[in-house]
Amino acid sequence: MLTLRDVHAHYGKSHVLHGVSIEIRAGEVVGLLGRNGVGKTTTLKAVMGLVRRTGGQIVFDGQDLAAVPTHQLAALGIAWVPEERRIFRLLTVLENLRTGLDRPGLAPARREELLERVFARFPILRERRHQAGGTLSGGEQQMLAIARAMVLEPKIILLDEPTEGLMPRMVSQIREIVHALHRDGVAILLVEQNVPLTLEAADRVYIMEKGVVRHHGQAADLRANPAAIHEYLGV
Amino acid sequence: MDQLIVQTLHGLVTGMVLAMVASGLTLIFGIMDVVNFAHGDLMMLGAFTGATVLGVTGSFWLALLAAAIAIAVLGVLLQITTLRPLIGRDPLTTILATFGISLVIQKYALWQWGPSVRRITEPVPGHFTLFHLEYPWYRVATALLAGVIIAALWLFLKYGKYGIWIRATTQDRVMAQAMGIPVPLVHTAVFAIGSAMAAASGVLFGPFAGVTQTMGFDFTLRAFIVVVVGGMGNLGGSILASIFVSLVEAYAAIVVSPAQAVIVSFVVLVLTMLFRPTGLFVPTPK
Repeated sequence: MLTLRDVHAHYGKSHVLHGVSIEIRAGEVVGLLGRNGVGKTTTLKAVMGLVRRTGGQIVFDGQDLAAVPTHQLAALGIAWVPEERRIFRLLTVLENLRTGLDRPGLAPARREELLERVFARFPILRERRHQAGGTLSGGEQQMLAIARAMVLEPKIILLDEPTEGLMPRMVSQIREIVHALHRDGVAILLVEQNVPLTLEAADRVYIMEKGVVRHHGQAADLRANPAAIHEYLGV
Repeated sequence: MDQLIVQTLHGLVTGMVLAMVASGLTLIFGIMDVVNFAHGDLMMLGAFTGATVLGVTGSFWLALLAAAIAIAVLGVLLQITTLRPLIGRDPLTTILATFGISLVIQKYALWQWGPSVRRITEPVPGHFTLFHLEYPWYRVATALLAGVIIAALWLFLKYGKYGIWIRATTQDRVMAQAMGIPVPLVHTAVFAIGSAMAAASGVLFGPFAGVTQTMGFDFTLRAFIVVVVGGMGNLGGSILASIFVSLVEAYAAIVVSPAQAVIVSFVVLVLTMLFRPTGLFVPTPK
């Protein structure tokens, strides 16, 4: 469904992605592991059209994304939950969700249904719906960021370090959400530092090093092979 | 005492017109990081358009509407041709570009309408006596109308679907795009709204002192002062600052001549930059 073929990207003059190739099939959870600064976040940004792509190809559902502006990706079915969460801090929780719900062509009944669904999944957001996004705790902001992506009814969610800096209780909640999305048939490209969580949640895993994919395989195989994990990730 | 009341009224009236000009400027800055030096000239062009329509139709309100629409369309064209390609570039680039637009509009107005002052007759006749002074009802009506327009803008931004798009884009352009908001279109629409408000203020202000091709620069300058004093890109702050600066100027005019009173607003600007560079009416960042 989403295919990156030999993608190169630059930040200004520095060459950060040196030919990344990744494939995610419909409904699949794919982990993207690697140490800090190897280009995992940049890979997601390349899909979103937020870094200068200097080579290779990104194809989604048969369509080359090179000519698609960022604001049309949501309608294609690509949602992004960035590392910094990027909640609209001065907008209320409900208004944050409305940025995804007020899209043309969405029937009012369907709109209500989507809102109801994320509120059912994250009851705390219903409670806080009239509170400014910036006043939420880190964990609540992460939930809002995921909920905001969910109301877009995406085919794939690019999930960047969702558990970073969260308390263990929140981490297990995020794990549940990833499972639930998986059950609903949403594909996820999961960038994480939390190796056990990724190996548990993902079907397949890619490991990046210095802007390229160094290893790729079934999550189950990696779980059974701690030596490989140590070699690539140093943990 | 009576002078104080007269000057309070005077300060409030000019403050409301200034607030209308400044709210467009601050909205545009907030969402695009574009410092629009041509803003006052769009106001001037709106005033001339209004005066022309008034001359033909004889209806002030029609002139107001026509000027707002015409300048909004011009704003759309300017934004698409000049500013859209420059978004995200060094602020100096957009400053130079809008400064260029400002000069072009001024020279066009000089060529088209000449250097003389054009009058716009007041649509609301009559005066009322305030102590020793005959105060025109029209000025009070202008302040009220400006208040209504600003309130409408605020309500639209707060509750309207597109208002939420505008606020989201202002806060985080990249994330707004990722949520599917058509950011380039939002930018153009905001520039159109700002231009329409500038044009409407031009027509409203027309009867105060007449329409000249240099009136824009004066307003650009004053609008900048209040946008900086109110906190760049902060709508509520700019409106409060407009009224605050206008009142301060009005009170100063009791003691010194009105020309000297203008200096006071520059003093407010310099003091704000020195002690509260984020703006007077913004909560201290935590």
